[in-house]
Amino acid sequence: MSTVITEAGPCEVAGASVEGEQLWLQAADAERATGWSLKPEGLCQGDVCVPVPRAAAADYVRGGEVNMAAFWRLLERPVLRDHAGATWMLGAGATERAAALQSLTAPDFSLPDLSGQLHKLSDFRGKRVFLTTWSSW
Amino acid sequence: MWQALFEDVNSEDFMIIAVAEESRGAETAREWIEAAKPGYVCLIDREHHVADLYNMVNVPQAVWIDEQGQIVRPAETAGSHDGWRSMNREDMSMEDDVVALMGKAQTTYMDAVRDWAVNGDASKHAFDAGAAREHLQLPGADVALANANFRLGAYLRQQGNVSEGDEFLARASELRPESWNFYRQAMNLRDLGPMGLAADEDFFARVDALGKDRYYPPPDMEGFPEEFGFEPPG
Repeated sequence: MSTVITEAGPCEVAGASVEGEQLWLQAADAERATGWSLKPEGLCQGDVCVPVPRAAAADYVRGGEVNMAAFWRLLERPVLRDHAGATWMLGAGATERAAALQSLTAPDFSLPDLSGQLHKLSDFRGKRVFLTTWSSW
Repeated sequence: MWQALFEDVNSEDFMIIAVAEESRGAETAREWIEAAKPGYVCLIDREHHVADLYNMVNVPQAVWIDEQGQIVRPAETAGSHDGWRSMNREDMSMEDDVVALMGKAQTTYMDAVRDWAVNGDASKHAFDAGAAREHLQLPGADVALANANFRLGAYLRQQGNVSEGDEFLARASELRPESWNFYRQAMNLRDLGPMGLAADEDFFARVDALGKDRYYPPPDMEGFPEEFGFEPPG
């Protein structure tokens, strides 16, 4: 069992094949863990499809498996793994973060309150929101 | 700290969302939140996701978001001032004029938030789109990599893999030394510092090494004191 963490949170994946810095997942697991699905036109999320590089297709796709680590690097997003290769972090890229901020549309998020109830920033659309951070430390 | 402002404004059109950047989770934040008796929304952010999304490096930082969900002031220091750096570390005392300067910083910022809360885009403190973009600090590849390291480190720690978790947390701080959030949260997770506050000799050495740089960069805001009020070391 492996754990793949993305922005959406950790996802348990059975049958992952870890080969050094490569993370091969069954296409269905890859989609569940990352939101990207394997289609004839490439790897797709919503309306966005990224073609598999033709010259090195075997580095990305083999049979029904997708090398999500290689694909994530192709997207210029950070890929990290623990020493055992059991936990993988597929991080957000600087380009997408910067573009989101430059659009000036406040990036949405969903977080729990003390009782565990989730609140989304976008639930407060229609109000002016003073979003502030603090910590106990 | 925000409850008085929230009650003052007392408007259906205004909300405060206070996010606790707290990798230890809700129970660590609970007593603070319950003591504040907030009428506004308090959320717990174990992964520092909000800091990641808005490119924040310290607490308190704040973002102003208008009714359409547009950023009218990007992430900036929310009323704090570097004056605390002049504190006598034996008896916690400070010179009166530094205390006054810190008070002025706080009041100026609070008054600006209140003005915007009441007047919206008509407030002189709300940036137009061009000015808002100019004030953005955009993340680069190192920041994205630092955020991934922090998130993986926090996760491994939650899973009980403390030593490896700490390696990733340390790497996050190396990649992004300007993030006091990363540095202090990691200290806090390691149980360093008196009274649960992440402040020890290393912390103060790091603060002193700032010299003329800021722990709390002053916001671009009319009337906000830009002076230190003391002579920083170095």
